[in-house]
Amino acid sequence: MTLRLESLRLLYPDGDRDLVALDDAALTVEAGELVAVTGPSGSGKSSLLAVAGLLVTPASGTVRIAGQDVSARSPAARDRVRRERIGFVFQQSNLLASLTALDQLMLVGTMVGRPREDRAHELLDRVGLTGKEHRRPHQLSGGERQRVGVARALMGDPAVLLVDEPTSALDRERGRQVMTLLREITKESATATVVVTHDVEHLDLADKTVTMRDGRTSKPLADHDLLPARKAPADHPPRP
Amino acid sequence: MFIALRDLRFARGRFALLGAVISLMTLMVVLLTGLTSGLGAASVSAISALPTEHVALAAPPGQTDPQFALSALPVDTVDRLGAQPGVRAARPLGISTSRLTAGDKTAPVSVFGTDSSLLPDQVRVPDSLGVAPGTEVELGGQRLTVAAVGDETSFSHLPVVHTAIGTWHKIARSESLTGVLLELTADPADPADIGAATGTLVLTREDAYDAVGGYAAEQGSLTMIRVLLLIVSALVVGAFFTVWTMQRGPDLAVVRAMGASRGYLLRDALGQAAVVLALGTVTGAAAATGLGLLARQAVPFVVDGGTVLIPLTLMITVGISGAAIAVRRVTTVDPLTALGASR
Repeated sequence: MTLRLESLRLLYPDGDRDLVALDDAALTVEAGELVAVTGPSGSGKSSLLAVAGLLVTPASGTVRIAGQDVSARSPAARDRVRRERIGFVFQQSNLLASLTALDQLMLVGTMVGRPREDRAHELLDRVGLTGKEHRRPHQLSGGERQRVGVARALMGDPAVLLVDEPTSALDRERGRQVMTLLREITKESATATVVVTHDVEHLDLADKTVTMRDGRTSKPLADHDLLPARKAPADHPPRP
Repeated sequence: MFIALRDLRFARGRFALLGAVISLMTLMVVLLTGLTSGLGAASVSAISALPTEHVALAAPPGQTDPQFALSALPVDTVDRLGAQPGVRAARPLGISTSRLTAGDKTAPVSVFGTDSSLLPDQVRVPDSLGVAPGTEVELGGQRLTVAAVGDETSFSHLPVVHTAIGTWHKIARSESLTGVLLELTADPADPADIGAATGTLVLTREDAYDAVGGYAAEQGSLTMIRVLLLIVSALVVGAFFTVWTMQRGPDLAVVRAMGASRGYLLRDALGQAAVVLALGTVTGAAAATGLGLLARQAVPFVVDGGTVLIPLTLMITVGISGAAIAVRRVTTVDPLTALGASR
């Protein structure tokens, strides 16, 4: 299913005036496509993710999933769309401290009405965490926590995967592993994946890259359009 | 309850502490309820066991409240009350305090002169005095024979013995009556009118409790302590869940961002409070019941469904109320804060 963001405008009150967070921002992500959104701090990356994830309502513009405008719905309906069609992977994983890795996934399963433990085990196995299902977040490494976060986001079988700075708390190698995992999962699950990142080192793993500046989105670049300096280092050769 | 139950396991130290506090508060409330009920029974159980629904006492002067201890009515009041419209029957009531001696045992008692089935030289005593039927006893200078044993009641914290009214006059050395027991017709006149026509004050049995010396003050003090304990319980539970909810704010934002509705989070949080309250209060009530069963051998204490289940239910109700006010914050968590590095 395609995620389409059209002419988004988002304003935040800032004293006596409004701060423009998004200004005619647009983005289209097809099913099975991973789009990286990058740009300097304050350029509107997180705002774009918040609007795409229905966490805030834009002043104008639309968010469409599979052609349906989901941005203008009631708060309860937006909750339902987030629950059933959108998966979030947060910065630093944001796992719940009291829940084991398996429980993190089962929580999503109970929320969407499909508490299937076999599916949770399958996803944890997919992200390489077999044998660590019953560990709590503090018993996992940063990379493992982020992989639990990825598996959790997939538990509801979402059409759209929104990923917020997944490598910011990881070293280069683990960051690359997580980005590779996201790319593979995007292809396997045919999700429309948006990854907001500062990290230009792994942009070669994206199908397209969008740069943001002052709330505006650039024309998407395919990874072969990227400058050589932003390509992957030699030990991580580009995909064929 | 998915998150709630796992939080309970994860933060079991904190919840055990809260549960222990709730348990102790419940223990105190149940013990005080049993004691209040026991003291109340020790004061007025003989009044609640009176054979008629109404009793007439001497109208007190001015605006003062009626009291059994101060009430004195002429003997002919019985006939005057019996002649009033709406009165089916009127019987004399004498109440006094005296000393009962049986062999080498002596006990202070309240003497009720109401039992017309007893002969002038007979007395009916409660089991607790340990006197067998047929035993000769001395009561207020009168030598009487125990005709029957039973009817464990008390008045002003003294066990009640029953005599005929004529015997009571001799024991109390009084020509007058304490009051008159009234049996009203099915469609009686206004009791206040009956009282006004005869210079008396006609009370129901329940209203007459307050005419027993010290009863209202005793019950009022203990009830006030119980109410304060319930308020403190609500505040303690509310304060705990306020802090707990604030600590969980970031986690709740993540769950909201993942699509959990406000209702889902509220049900989860209230369910958590209900589990802690149920475990804490049931433990406290069970301990109080055990202590109460031991204590009632030494002090007036009632252990029954009313003195255990009512305070238990009240504790859960006020606790849930306190928790509900505290956890309503979960509905205002902003899921947007789950994004970025704000955690």
